[in-house]
Amino acid sequence: MNTITRVLLTAVLCTAAVACSKKVKEVPPADTGPSTGVVDQTGPTTPGAYGPGDLDTDACLRQRVVYFDLDQDALRPEFQAAMACHAKYLRDRPSSRMTLEGNADERGSRDYNLGLGERRANSVSSALQANGGSGAQITVVSYGEERPTCTDSNEDCWAKNRRVEIVYTAK
Amino acid sequence: MALAAVPAASRAGFRTVVGAGRTLGDGFANGNRHANPRRQDHPSKPAFSFETPFTQTLPTFSFPGLGLPMKASPRLFAAFVAMFAFLLPLAALSQERGLEIDIVGGNASALPITVVPMPYQGGGAAPETDVAAVVGADLARSGQFRTLPAADMVEKPTRGSEIQFPTWRLLKQDFIVVGHVLDAGAGSYRVEYELFDVAKQERLLGFAMTARSSALRDVAHQMADAIYEKILGVRGAFWTRIAYITVTGTGKGARYALMVADSDGYNPQTVVRSPEPLLSPSWSPDGRKLAYVSFERGNSSIYIQDITTGSRELIASFRGINSSPAFSPDGRRLALTLSRSGNPEIYVMDLGSKALTQITNQFGIDTEPTWSADGSSLYFTSDRGGQPQIYQVPASGGSATRVTFQGRYNASPTVSFDDKKIAVAQGSGNVYRIALLDRSLGSPRWSTLSPGSLDESPSFAPNASMVLYAAREGRRGVLYAVSADGRVRQRLVLADGDVREPAWGPFRAQR
Repeated sequence: MNTITRVLLTAVLCTAAVACSKKVKEVPPADTGPSTGVVDQTGPTTPGAYGPGDLDTDACLRQRVVYFDLDQDALRPEFQAAMACHAKYLRDRPSSRMTLEGNADERGSRDYNLGLGERRANSVSSALQANGGSGAQITVVSYGEERPTCTDSNEDCWAKNRRVEIVYTAK
Repeated sequence: MALAAVPAASRAGFRTVVGAGRTLGDGFANGNRHANPRRQDHPSKPAFSFETPFTQTLPTFSFPGLGLPMKASPRLFAAFVAMFAFLLPLAALSQERGLEIDIVGGNASALPITVVPMPYQGGGAAPETDVAAVVGADLARSGQFRTLPAADMVEKPTRGSEIQFPTWRLLKQDFIVVGHVLDAGAGSYRVEYELFDVAKQERLLGFAMTARSSALRDVAHQMADAIYEKILGVRGAFWTRIAYITVTGTGKGARYALMVADSDGYNPQTVVRSPEPLLSPSWSPDGRKLAYVSFERGNSSIYIQDITTGSRELIASFRGINSSPAFSPDGRRLALTLSRSGNPEIYVMDLGSKALTQITNQFGIDTEPTWSADGSSLYFTSDRGGQPQIYQVPASGGSATRVTFQGRYNASPTVSFDDKKIAVAQGSGNVYRIALLDRSLGSPRWSTLSPGSLDESPSFAPNASMVLYAAREGRRGVLYAVSADGRVRQRLVLADGDVREPAWGPFRAQR
């Protein structure tokens, strides 16, 4: 039952993601039209270019943490919308810079988890660039399992720690 | 001298020991140490007997000017400590308390040995260190010995001539150690001790050592090493040090420290303090330096720091990950992990020229290099096959071969001095334990050394008799030392904070 729901949900999200990427492909990156379309799907509308104030007010841009499955660096479909709006912000504000901080949960080797954290941050970096963000605006750093947000040894906590944090170092 | 009355038979027995009391600190020598002319000709280290007493003064080990913030003026530093005293209880407390020790398992086949209390028989102030207690704890911790509790010692001889052997046979003791502490002038103490085989009524060792009060624990560890080696034929590793990382506070208030302590957890010293994560301490083979990873520059960087002087050098701070430093057995090269090419690869740096040689080139995480004993190859963790497993590659580069085939997740290899045993952190589901791969018996054999659920970072003692590792208990990390047969575990608990990333240092050299 639960599995079926999950599969259906994944399918729906995948379809949405495919639809988005198609739109991005069809038009040049300079055109903000399709990105606006993407943001529309999540609810809030942001006509025109983003400004620094939007980082605090825009529901999509406020989403600065990307979570990952166990031992995975694949971006989950629900974060595609966030990738699109952060990529748009990078495009709208060429002077902006961000650091992607990759993290892992506490299980397993600390040094291996440094690698895993970097993989996750690279995955977010790739998604932002695929959505038109410039790699020159993005710095990747991995903290491995050294910066947990939650310190209990259970799945709830681990899921919160398997993450990439988007930190704007220049708005 | 009373000791001149030692019977001729035991003196003859004693003579075979000559050389066993050689200066500790040479390579792991089971071989021809008895015929080592350099040792026997050394003027200050004659054959050991009470007729020609072995006397040595141990250096005291101090840690002046350590740590980065400590470079600031003392007053500023004091103010800083005062301000953050509630966040940083580590500094003061750890110095006093050291680590607690519990033996949590047992070994029925351990050799019964009595270490009789060694009273102070001088005329001044008695030393603080209970030498016999330290020796007994060392021997018990190894898993190879079972020590008789002091309450069961019906007699307390302090010299070989006072031992009533039938008493100790009745108590089913195989060995007995007796001794006493005397004044040696200028605030120093002289510890005289003897080891006897109870059944043969034969003296196996008779040493005297002189040291200042602050170095009496060092003396005790060297006594335990000599006893261990005499009985088991394997060099003891009690007089060694361990490095580890402590964390106090959480989140933004977290403070990290790289610590060095005696192998039993006593005498902890801060080497580096940082508000940013510290990781992966690795000893130089001479025990003078530590390589480690620090995030103080925002990203991971590798430093090498002289433990005694505090001077340090930035070794690697490339784009991406800079992690997992490991000194080669000759101390001239450093293996490390860099992801400057896009994903983590193993490199070897020549520490003289700083030239880098890339060893692996594989799409996957390659990390945690550790050297084979002869320095010819590197073991490392790689997930090139899908999950992390241990691989081996020539230290000059080339193709890697997979070493571990059992277990879904094998990482963090540590290799015994003879390359025969590899301990790893082995994962299965949510359970991570320390597992040992023994290759000394033809076909590889696995055993599990730890029962924990999140055990990690194994590190072999230099004689491979024990493995140090980190475990989680609640929200804190603790260190355990487990005997290589997995039967005796001892917990080293820091009084405050989270302890992790232990690294067992090399044998120490006297001078």
